[in-house]
Amino acid sequence: MDFRMDIIIDYIPLILKGAMLTIGISILSIILGSIFGLVIGFGKMSSRMILRWPMSAYINFFRGTPLYVQILMVHFGLIPMVIGRTDPIAAAIIALSLNSAAYTAEIFRAGIQSMSAGQIEAAYSLGMSHRQAMQFIILPQAIKRMIPAFGNEFIVLVKDSSLVAIIAAPEIMYWSNGMSGQYSRIWEPYLFASLIYFILTYSLSKLLSVLERKLA
Amino acid sequence: MMDPMIEVIDLHKSFGSQAVLKQINMKVLHQEVVVIIGPSGSGKSTFLRCLNLLEQPQSGQILIEGQSLMDPNIQISTIRTEVGMVFQQFNLFPHMKVIDNITIAPIQVRKWSVEKARSKAIELLAKVGLSEKANVYPDSLSGGQAQRVAIARALAMEPKIMLFDEPTSALDPEMVGEVLAVMKDLAKEGMTMVIVTHEMDFAREVSDRVLFMEQGMIVEEGTPEEIFERPTHERTKSFLSRRDGYLSLRKYKE
Ligand SMILES: Nc1ncnc2c1ncn2[C@@H]1O[C@H](COP(=O)(O)OP(=O)(O)OP(=O)(O)O)[C@@H](O)[C@H]1O
Ligand SMILES: [Mg+2]
Repeated sequence: MDFRMDIIIDYIPLILKGAMLTIGISILSIILGSIFGLVIGFGKMSSRMILRWPMSAYINFFRGTPLYVQILMVHFGLIPMVIGRTDPIAAAIIALSLNSAAYTAEIFRAGIQSMSAGQIEAAYSLGMSHRQAMQFIILPQAIKRMIPAFGNEFIVLVKDSSLVAIIAAPEIMYWSNGMSGQYSRIWEPYLFASLIYFILTYSLSKLLSVLERKLA
Repeated sequence: MMDPMIEVIDLHKSFGSQAVLKQINMKVLHQEVVVIIGPSGSGKSTFLRCLNLLEQPQSGQILIEGQSLMDPNIQISTIRTEVGMVFQQFNLFPHMKVIDNITIAPIQVRKWSVEKARSKAIELLAKVGLSEKANVYPDSLSGGQAQRVAIARALAMEPKIMLFDEPTSALDPEMVGEVLAVMKDLAKEGMTMVIVTHEMDFAREVSDRVLFMEQGMIVEEGTPEEIFERPTHERTKSFLSRRDGYLSLRKYKE
């Protein structure tokens, strides 16, 4: 079997452009997903049924249905409904954020519930409101504990972002598919794409373990 | 006449079907030091936690200087700024330096300036003998030091009342004394205190009044002399003799 380096070299600029988009989409989605996930996570811990129930439903829906289906619904349904036309990059970010929020909500909830009752009671006993206790006492500690699970979610998100090639968001997989089609080759495009994803996720996991050690 | 600092009237508390506090009536006067003793599970912690609403009683009244805690319009956090609490497990905030442990509530809750909160914290650290620990994290403190910081943290809010729930029970024996010394100073300065403790010598020395609790009720109350020298109730007698036995056994072992 011959391996054609020349077509890889041919496609390097496009794949790198795709990689930039993958990185951009992933970072934006993890940020939006975390903010949204924090809100949903708190909603699910609420003592009020009216808040808790919709948040549980949200989490169950996004964790219980394929991301593939969610991407199609956002791309062909939600985005055109809101802005009147399709936009693959916006759809990619929204779909990945909504999906990621369901997972980060559970990470936040587990992290907060793993805190000892004594910490929040000490905060309350000093006159802090629930919000102050969360902001100054519980979250800073809980977030530290969440870093491994959170990093894991980020890595999953980077890999899952490859699915948005189906709505023609020009990220890594989009160009790899293009390369495969143009030259009718399998191994070169997909091995090269794998390599790029691996570099991204591997550096990310290294970065996270450094962060973990710094904060420990 | 001045209202008592704390007045508890016919207080009831249950967890599910288990009644933990039954018809508690008591008063604490200004500057009074009240010690609560009693066997494990008798409801001492639960009672103390009702006094700053960490537990919500089912019925009855708690008045702090005449102000009802049961009033639905009351701001719970306002009450808690007036009632400091020290826990058995210290519950220091491990992600903050000692000084920040002490200043966070005055800054965020009392809205003090950072400078004012810090100078108060430094003054309190000197008072509990830990001036040199301002900039360390709690995990480098010994148990006795941690508990003294916890006391300073509660005092920083300038509460009218201090509640202590077995403040020395989690400490190695050689560290008990340094914490009790701080509490004795506080008592001398006229702080109103309610203390749950098993340190009977300490109770005898600092308290104005001792309450003996059992099975969710105050069985007997009186001056330390009355309770320790001539208890009237059988249950108090048997509890104290068991404790004496236990304590002398502990001393013997050491
Ligand atoms: N959050 C809770 N939920 C259910 N039951 C509880 C709770 N807190 C306390 N109890 C029960 O209430 C009773 C009184 O407990 P409490 O902690 O007030 O006793 P205590 O006198 O402080 O005992 P100890 O000396 O062991 O600290 C016990 O039977 C305990 O199991
Ligand atoms: Mg207790």
